[in-house]
Amino acid sequence: MEKFQKLTGIAAPMPLVNIDTDMIIPKVFLKSIARTGFGKNLFDEMRYNRDGSEIADFVLNKPQYRNAEILVAGDNFGCGSSREHAPWAIADFGIKCVVSTSFADIFFNNCFKNGILPVVLPQEQVDLLMKDAEKGANARMTVDLEAQEITTSDGEVIKFEVDSFKKQCLLEGLDDIGQTLQKQSAVHTYEDKMAQERPWV
Amino acid sequence: MSPKTLYDKIWDAHVAHEAEDGTCLLYIDRHLVHEVTSPQAFEGLRLAGRTVHAPDKTIAVPDHNVPTTEGRDDPSQMTPESRIQVEALDKNAREFGVHYYPVSDVRQGIVHIVGPEQGWTLPGMTVVCGDSHTATHGAFGALAHGIGTSEVEHVLATQTLIQKKSLNMKVEITGKLNPGVTAKDITLAVIGETGTGGGTGYVIEYCGEAIRDLSMEGRMTVCNMAIEGGARAGLIAPDETTYAYVNGRPHAPKGAQWEAALNWWKTLYTDEGAHFDKVVTLRGEDIQPVVTWGTSPEDVLPITGVVPNPEDFEGGKVEAARRSIEYMGLTPGQKLTDIEIDTVFIGSCTNGRIEDFRAVAEVVKGKKIKDGMRAMIVPGSGLVRAQAEEEGLADIFREAGFEWRLAGCSMCLAMNPDQLSEGERCAATSNRNFEGRQGYKGRTHLVSPAMAAAAALTGRLTDIRDLI
Repeated sequence: MEKFQKLTGIAAPMPLVNIDTDMIIPKVFLKSIARTGFGKNLFDEMRYNRDGSEIADFVLNKPQYRNAEILVAGDNFGCGSSREHAPWAIADFGIKCVVSTSFADIFFNNCFKNGILPVVLPQEQVDLLMKDAEKGANARMTVDLEAQEITTSDGEVIKFEVDSFKKQCLLEGLDDIGQTLQKQSAVHTYEDKMAQERPWV
Repeated sequence: MSPKTLYDKIWDAHVAHEAEDGTCLLYIDRHLVHEVTSPQAFEGLRLAGRTVHAPDKTIAVPDHNVPTTEGRDDPSQMTPESRIQVEALDKNAREFGVHYYPVSDVRQGIVHIVGPEQGWTLPGMTVVCGDSHTATHGAFGALAHGIGTSEVEHVLATQTLIQKKSLNMKVEITGKLNPGVTAKDITLAVIGETGTGGGTGYVIEYCGEAIRDLSMEGRMTVCNMAIEGGARAGLIAPDETTYAYVNGRPHAPKGAQWEAALNWWKTLYTDEGAHFDKVVTLRGEDIQPVVTWGTSPEDVLPITGVVPNPEDFEGGKVEAARRSIEYMGLTPGQKLTDIEIDTVFIGSCTNGRIEDFRAVAEVVKGKKIKDGMRAMIVPGSGLVRAQAEEEGLADIFREAGFEWRLAGCSMCLAMNPDQLSEGERCAATSNRNFEGRQGYKGRTHLVSPAMAAAAALTGRLTDIRDLI
C-alpha cells in the first residue's frame, strides 16, 4: 500500500453535506474489474455534462483546484454504499487527504486501505480550513500524520486524532493481510475451540 | 460479571485476537460475495498466491448486474462490462471452491435475501459482505455489516477482519403500529429522527413492542436501512419468530445440533442494566406512512406533509436541501400527495420478500395501475418469485398491469438495464434516493410496498390510509 507521511498541497473546498458514494463514483463506473483508472470519473455527474464537457463551476474543474491533493468537505462524507471504488477514484485523481466533521464508517475504513488519510475535526476547525481552501491555489496546507497536525497557509496549526494502529499502517504502508497472517495461530486456536462450542457454524 | 448488550455478547464470542490498543481480529462466520465488489479481491489473492481460508463459509451469488427480464441466460442481454463481472464471479467461485448460486439456479437472487432464505444467516453469527446493506442480516441477531473490497480480500484470505468495537445504541419503538404503517415506515422514521450520520460509530439494537411484533421479513427491512442512518450494523435479538423462520432451512442446523444452537441463541439478548451510549425512542403510534422528498434518506416526512423550505434547515443542510429540491423538481410548500409519479419500482433487499408482495397484492387486487405508468415488481430471489406465483400474487400483479420480473437488484441501483431516464420520477421501495441512484437525473421517492402500490394506482404519491 502507498504510504502517507507528510503532504503539502492544494486543498479544494466542497462544503456540501452528505456527499455520498454515488456522487463520488456513479455506479456506471463500477463495472471494471480493475482497481485503477477511476480518477477521471471522480464526481462524474457533478463534474461533467452528459456530452462529456466539463461543468465549469465544479470545484475540481476550476484552474486553481485541478491539482488539489486535499479535500475539505461537509458533514458525513462518503455515506452510502461500501464501494471501494470511491476511495480508488479519489486516490487515482491525486487526492490523498479528506477533512470533514464526520465520515461514513465503511468509507472511512476503506480510505486507510488505500493510502488516503481521512481527518475528523470539529465544525469550527473544518470551517477554518474550508475558508483557507477557498483562497485557491496559493493557499497550500500541510498535513503531517506523524505529528498529527494540519498547518494552514497562514501558519495556524490544527491538531487531529487518529487511531494508533491505522496511523502506523499508513505511515509504513503496511499490508493488512500480511500482518493478520502472522497471527494465524490465534485464528486456528479460535477455530478449534469453535468446532467444539458451536459446531453448527 | 457486568451486564452486556446483545452486541457485546456477539462481539466477545468472535474475538480471535486482541492487541493491547484494543484492535481485534474478529472471526467471520459467513462471508457473502457478489460480482461487483469481489473481482479485485479474488485477483489480489491470485497475485499473492493465497487461497480462500474457509470456502465452506463463503457464499457467492451474482445480483447487481443481472438482467431481470425473461431469456436472461442469453449473454447479449448484458452489457459487455456487466457480463465480464458476472463471468468473473462464475470463474472465481468455481476456482476457489466457494458455495455458488449462478444466474441459472432458481435459488439465485439478491445476496441479502438468498443468505437468510438458505439458512446461511443464523443468530449470533458474524456476517460480512462487500455491500453496505449487509446490515439486513442483523434481523436474526447476527452482527452483520458491509466492507470494502480490500476487506473482502482480507476475509477471503484470513476469515477475520481487523476491527475496533463500536459504541452501543438502542432504538426502541414502543407500542403498536397503526394500520397502513409498516417496517419500512419505522426504519425511515428513525433515519428522519437521527439523520444519516446519527448512527455513525454505533451498532444499533432495535427493540420494543413494535419491533417484536414484526415478522422476520419486516425485521430485515428495518435492519437493512441501519446503514442509511450511518450505523455499522443493526441488530434485533432472536426470539421464537426468528427460530421459526430459521428452522428447516437448507443450511440451518438439524437434530442435536439444532438443540445445541437453540440453547446458545437463547442467551443472545441484552442483559438488564446493560449500558447504551445513545438511546432513541419513538412511539409506534406516532409513526405515520412516510415518504422521502429529497436526495438523502434523512429527508423523510409523513405523507400528509409538504415539501419543506430550505430556509427551515440549519448549517450545511440549507444548501443541501436547496440542491435536493431543485434536483427533485419540487416547490417548497407543495403537498407531497400532489407529486405525480411516472414509475413504480417494487423490490430490492429492503422490500423484495414475500410479505412485501402480499402487501402490494392486497392494495392492487382487482384494480389497474394508472394509464401510462411504468410499474415493475422484482422479486428478491427465484424462490420468492416461485412462492408469489404459487400464492397467485403474480397473476394479480400482471392483471393490474405490473411487469413481473426475474430476481435481482434491478432498479434499486440501476446497474442492469432497469434504469430511470432523465427527469423520470419513481416511487421506489428501495433504500437510497441519492442523485442519479436509479439512473442519471432520475428522481426517487422512498416508500413502503403498500405506498408504492397505491402510487401505481393513482399516479401520484398517495396516503395508503385513504385506500384501506
